[in-house]
Amino acid sequence: MAALEPALDLRGGGRTRRRRLVNRFAEGVASVAAIGAVAVLAIVVLSVAQRGGGELSWGFLTKDLPLYGQPGGGIGPLIVGSALLVGIATAIALPLGVLTALFLSEFASPRLSSPIQLTLDLMNGLPSIIIGVFVFGLLVYGHTQSGYAAGFALSIVMLPLIARSTQEVLRLVPLAQREGALALGASRWRTVLGIVLPSALGGILTGTVLAVARGAGETAPLLFTTSIYANTFSTDVSHSLPNIPVQIFIWSESADPNDHKRAWAAALVLLLFVLATSLLARAALGRTRKKLGQ
Amino acid sequence: MSSIPATQALGGTRRLRDRLGDRLLFALTLLASLAAIAIMVAIAYKVVRGSKLAFSTFGLSFVTGTTWDATNGVFGAGTLLYGTAVSSLMALLIAGPLAIAIALFLSELAPRWVRGVVGSLVETLAAIPSVVLGLWGILVLGPFAANHFEPWLHRSLGFIPIFSGDPSSSGIFVAGLVLAIMVVPIVASICRELFLAVPRELEEGALALGATRWEMVRGVILFSSRPGIAAALILGLGRALGEAIAVTQVIGSATAIHASLFQPGDTLASRIAAQFQGAGTNLQTSSLFYLAAILLVIGLVTNLAAQVIVRRFEFHRTGGD
Repeated sequence: MAALEPALDLRGGGRTRRRRLVNRFAEGVASVAAIGAVAVLAIVVLSVAQRGGGELSWGFLTKDLPLYGQPGGGIGPLIVGSALLVGIATAIALPLGVLTALFLSEFASPRLSSPIQLTLDLMNGLPSIIIGVFVFGLLVYGHTQSGYAAGFALSIVMLPLIARSTQEVLRLVPLAQREGALALGASRWRTVLGIVLPSALGGILTGTVLAVARGAGETAPLLFTTSIYANTFSTDVSHSLPNIPVQIFIWSESADPNDHKRAWAAALVLLLFVLATSLLARAALGRTRKKLGQ
Repeated sequence: MSSIPATQALGGTRRLRDRLGDRLLFALTLLASLAAIAIMVAIAYKVVRGSKLAFSTFGLSFVTGTTWDATNGVFGAGTLLYGTAVSSLMALLIAGPLAIAIALFLSELAPRWVRGVVGSLVETLAAIPSVVLGLWGILVLGPFAANHFEPWLHRSLGFIPIFSGDPSSSGIFVAGLVLAIMVVPIVASICRELFLAVPRELEEGALALGATRWEMVRGVILFSSRPGIAAALILGLGRALGEAIAVTQVIGSATAIHASLFQPGDTLASRIAAQFQGAGTNLQTSSLFYLAAILLVIGLVTNLAAQVIVRRFEFHRTGGD
């Protein structure tokens, strides 16, 4: 038998090789970009951990702020103040956000819902420094800086996040559940409060936790609303409250290397809180989606 | 015919309560939605009203004026607009291609388990508070750029004005780098969703015709999601334009326009963050409100533009054929 001699050369020639090379190159670029992003995250987290880790101690977490120019001290008042601010913000943004999302997904006609949806999107894209300026003009100018003004400012950051995530979970609740309840004779409000909301509860909570993680790290809305405070513990929300983000900002602008060390340590505390909560919430969110999706 | 008493019974208290409940819940949720709109309107109103004094003093020439002199009471946004535009464009030029490449890696290239891990790590990058990123920018990235990166750029590309001048650890260049880190996760996660939404048949069709993976990406995926990519880039740009805290920490604050990227500058948002609290005169406060008003307009325009593009795109995809 004579060997089969194809007239056409099926192996790739020069052009095919070039196309393959270009393909390889593009794949390489994409992989390097992804590795680069992960590397930047690792570098930022590691340098904060390395520089801030040495300062962390029980005393640092619980003591009063250091007096100006003096060594020692801690960030106890900052942690309490930040918790209070985020608490106030959540107390405002959670009900408003969930009710808005309920209106959009259960009641509104398309003509009513689109301007509200647009407002939420615009609010989400608003530079947060503008929120700071706005709340200063509304609640601080002519009065004093206060915890509730700052909490209100943070709630404007959190509101669109909570509304959006709630909307997404409500969308996942099967239509059949609503129809089933209505067909059994339940009224609209009973259906919403008794059937729809409970099955979306987990998702709403994780969305809120994500919004809290975001709000806890926001500095710009607090800069003009709660930035002049004493160095001791304070729970008086009608006055300025010490808080972590603003203090990191102040320390980072300082020329004193001791202040830089404190800034790193406070940044580590903030970063650990934000990363831990947002990773946990994301994991929980994935589970809720799966559960509701089935 | 006799009437059925049962319906009468049903029509009693329960129906009244249900009707009240329905109305009440509707009213409550409507009120909450209106509150969101009211907040947005109030923000615009307060910011515009605060800038009244500066507007009546300087008029529209405030936008182009390059003087910012607190002692003589002359203010203008020119240098700040320049700093805002340059730092944000630099961020977008670096972050845009990177983010699209990352999104392609996550949607097309990576094995399933890598997708999940790398995808959530990239989103975690967006969770880093800006004040922490700014701290890292001024104490770690800035010195590194000044000692290694900028001298290298200066040596090899120094003939271009933007790379002339002495390297420094704080300036528009470092601000652009920090902003790029903030923009990457935003653009990447939107683009990944876009790429995953491209119909599978189109991709497989291209591959079946003998296209390499890159040719398929270029001809099918990138081509069909162009408007979405544009919207993602605009949203990323909007984020960079409005960032105040991290930029204030690294940009070094300057009152003049420098050609060199290595020199200090200032942006609209960072000037507000740096001076609002300590403004000495009503005119200065009002000028800062004016800056906020400009920033508000820029923010609204970028977001609206992105929305319009997305809506049109979705119309084409769903109603086009």
